Amino acid sequence: MTRLALEGVACLRGGRLLFEGLDLALAPGEAALVSGPNGVGKSSLIRIAAGLLSPAAGKIEVEGEIALMAEAPALDPELPLGNALGFWAGLDGRRGAVPDALAAVGLADIARVPVRMLSTGQRRRAALARVVASGAPIWLLDEPANGLDVASVALLEGLIAGHRAAGGIALVATHLPIALPDAREVAL
Amino acid sequence: MSAYAAIVWRELRRAWSIGGLALPVVFFLLVAILFPFAVGPDAKLLARIAPGVIWAAALLAALLPVERLVAPDVESGVLDQLAVRGLPDAGVAAAKVAGHWLGFAPALLVATVIASGLLQLPGEALVPLLLALLIGTPGLAALGVATAALVAGLRGAGALAGLVMLPFAVPLLIFGATAEQPGALKLLGAVSLLLVAGCPFVAGAAVRMGRN
Repeated sequence: MTRLALEGVACLRGGRLLFEGLDLALAPGEAALVSGPNGVGKSSLIRIAAGLLSPAAGKIEVEGEIALMAEAPALDPELPLGNALGFWAGLDGRRGAVPDALAAVGLADIARVPVRMLSTGQRRRAALARVVASGAPIWLLDEPANGLDVASVALLEGLIAGHRAAGGIALVATHLPIALPDAREVAL
Repeated sequence: MSAYAAIVWRELRRAWSIGGLALPVVFFLLVAILFPFAVGPDAKLLARIAPGVIWAAALLAALLPVERLVAPDVESGVLDQLAVRGLPDAGVAAAKVAGHWLGFAPALLVATVIASGLLQLPGEALVPLLLALLIGTPGLAALGVATAALVAGLRGAGALAGLVMLPFAVPLLIFGATAEQPGALKLLGAVSLLLVAGCPFVAGAAVRMGRN
């Protein structure tokens, strides 16, 4: 069964203890909203959950595939958007999911535009499209609302809600307000 | 397996599209052209130093693309996304080695034929030289990727890459340039194999360290 659990996790960055004793367990359909001021360790928490950073203490249990939306877009700038996403969808064995994912984030019209021509908000939505296309049950979103306009934030909220309704888990770190009904609040 | 094939293909595609392929080959030919100008038109002398010149030129040419092998992928988050998908960093590095080698070695071999003509290398010496390059360039590619991972994100990465990479390439140079000597090719193969087997782990460890 899909599960994301953090037990007594502590994070040490550059010799500074950012947080410790963090417990969080998410079951299918559940979400957690990590909030707090800049530099408090929101992104580090996401990276720890993604397995990219090892915690200074505690342990992480993950059951199910992970889709990560981090600050870096990880899309080859010279490729058309559809192809750049296709590379990742191909790795996930879901190349066919790209058109639907692009439509879900409202970028279907610019699938043939090279990634380097996209605006900041479009790039963020493209990164979101990769998460949607991956079909992974665990979403780790780091500042997903950065650079998004009001309509796009609503779209993001809708996508997360749909993902949870389908039994997915979402861990969202943000300093901007995102409406996640019944989400666990993690204030760092 | 198909994931690694996709990474190899992406490396190749990027090498082609950024012009990262033509640059090292042109550079290689330029170095080979400079030598006859520098040491004069003495055909015998040129033929004698040709293998050494070509190997030194190949080494310098292999050093050129090092800055674009790993650092852009660290910056753009590509390596993180691959890691999240459960691909080991060393495996990704091995795929990068394969892609890098496919990107520059075949073109380098063709350029070597041209360079050997410029350097008056006799025809019967060309085949061992090409064979040596074929055996040695995978080691060179592996060394390039490991170096790229080690210096990724550092200031002055380009200059530092030379300092890191060239000393380790000396064994390849020694056994590669003396390919017609008995046993040299086998030793070259051993060195190259060692680099190909070891460098992905070095590169993977460097990428992991870079995340912290």
